[in-house]
Amino acid sequence: MIGRRGVILGGGLLLAGCDRLVRDPGVNDALDRVAGLHQPGQRLIMGRDALAQEFGARQMSPDFRTNGNTDVEDAGWRAHAAEGFARWTLRVDGLVHRSLDLSLAALKAMTQRTQITRHDCVEGWSAIGQWQGPQLGQVLAMAGMLPTARYVVFHCADRTGDAPYYESIDLIDAFHPQTILAWGMNGAVLPIEHGAPIRLRVERQLGYKQAKYVMRVELRDSLAGLYGGKGGYWEDVAGYQWYAGI
Amino acid sequence: MMTQLPSSPPPRHRLSTRLWHWANAVVVLVMVMSGLMIFNAHPRLYWGAYGANADPAWLEIGATGDAQHLAGGLRIGSMSIGTTGLLGASAGEDGAMQAIAFPGWATIPGSYDLALARRWHLAFAWALAVGLAVYVVRSLVNGHIWRDLHISRAEWAPRHIWGDVRDHLRLRFDDASYGVLQKLAYVGVLFVLLPAMIASGLAMAPGMDAAAPWLVDLFGGRQSARSVHFIGMAGLVGFVGLHLSMVLLSGPLRRVWAMIAGGRA
Repeated sequence: MIGRRGVILGGGLLLAGCDRLVRDPGVNDALDRVAGLHQPGQRLIMGRDALAQEFGARQMSPDFRTNGNTDVEDAGWRAHAAEGFARWTLRVDGLVHRSLDLSLAALKAMTQRTQITRHDCVEGWSAIGQWQGPQLGQVLAMAGMLPTARYVVFHCADRTGDAPYYESIDLIDAFHPQTILAWGMNGAVLPIEHGAPIRLRVERQLGYKQAKYVMRVELRDSLAGLYGGKGGYWEDVAGYQWYAGI
Repeated sequence: MMTQLPSSPPPRHRLSTRLWHWANAVVVLVMVMSGLMIFNAHPRLYWGAYGANADPAWLEIGATGDAQHLAGGLRIGSMSIGTTGLLGASAGEDGAMQAIAFPGWATIPGSYDLALARRWHLAFAWALAVGLAVYVVRSLVNGHIWRDLHISRAEWAPRHIWGDVRDHLRLRFDDASYGVLQKLAYVGVLFVLLPAMIASGLAMAPGMDAAAPWLVDLFGGRQSARSVHFIGMAGLVGFVGLHLSMVLLSGPLRRVWAMIAGGRA
């Protein structure tokens, strides 16, 4: 007789063995490569400018839940927040012809896009909200990209422990019509808990790409050498996929 | 003079069927277990396009009480049942009770890690979809589907179906060919359940939302697709349970060996 204890012990050993395989770095590298095929797969069947679904005002979530950091400790940001971001500027630099410092007023004076879209968190929930702001493509055109630029990095004011939040996208998503620097949400000024003064909206990807409290937009030719090197806070810290279209 | 060479009888299960069966068994196991871990990140299900904590969930797994007295529960609609030890609250790796929807023995990995679960799920999704497509095309070409799974008009007759139900209840299994219930189960998994899992999975991807908005609409919105994905998973688990019971009741060693070596027709 194997008995109950034997079954529990055997089951435990089996589970432990499986878990070692599940967490094996070599196996995970291979899985990452296979899972990474979803990006070329989606790009193959998706028009370059194919729009994420937009909704009517009556289809919006009654309550758009917050997630991640909902406030910022950084003293510089807090000083700006106390003034309603009147003297705040967005830095645009890196591989550009002209570095820019754009005030909130300057961003609001540009051609605006308003969109009601669905925000999909990697955890599984969704919320529909309205966003307003200039297209990122307009801002990049003003700065004039150098031909070597391949990624747009968003440096944020919030941090978790010592690690600052940041995110990055490629130029296909950077110049997508729905990719905006949103200063408005649900018909009002973007609230602090949702990322004031501006948050990125990149509508064909999951929530962790929608960087909040954006302070600086940097154009780069590579993501290597920046923080953990994986192109985003969650990518570095927890190993989430850089391409979050799935 | 020509001599008729004795040709070996065709196997009960073709090589393509055997390969796909075992590969798919592993793939489905990984998909279900990693999927349950992904569900653990937000153990609530909704209908419609949106759904988050403030919105009404039709299914919810949760825990109540303090760390010393955790109680797990499952709520479906207005019906609630206590599920401590299994759903909502179960023993973690250190043996202590922890609040988690599905327990560690049922998930990949065995303790909470959404990124790791997604890596397994999104990689094995390719194996599921490509494997299913290759197998279905192969089985159409070699006649497996038409020969073994096609349900004839006579088999659709309620009398015949009822007869097959009674045979199952009396544990009398016809060995020569698949019965109508068996065919319905296999056709249902092959052509309804697995394709629905792939389609509803894709419908949850924000990239697919832009590439094929009709796919999201087909399910009635992203959160509905997530609910359908979960219900489909439960259906698959139910099928596997039924399938294993039938194998056990009808001569397990012979059945399993036939699916490995081919067996006699």
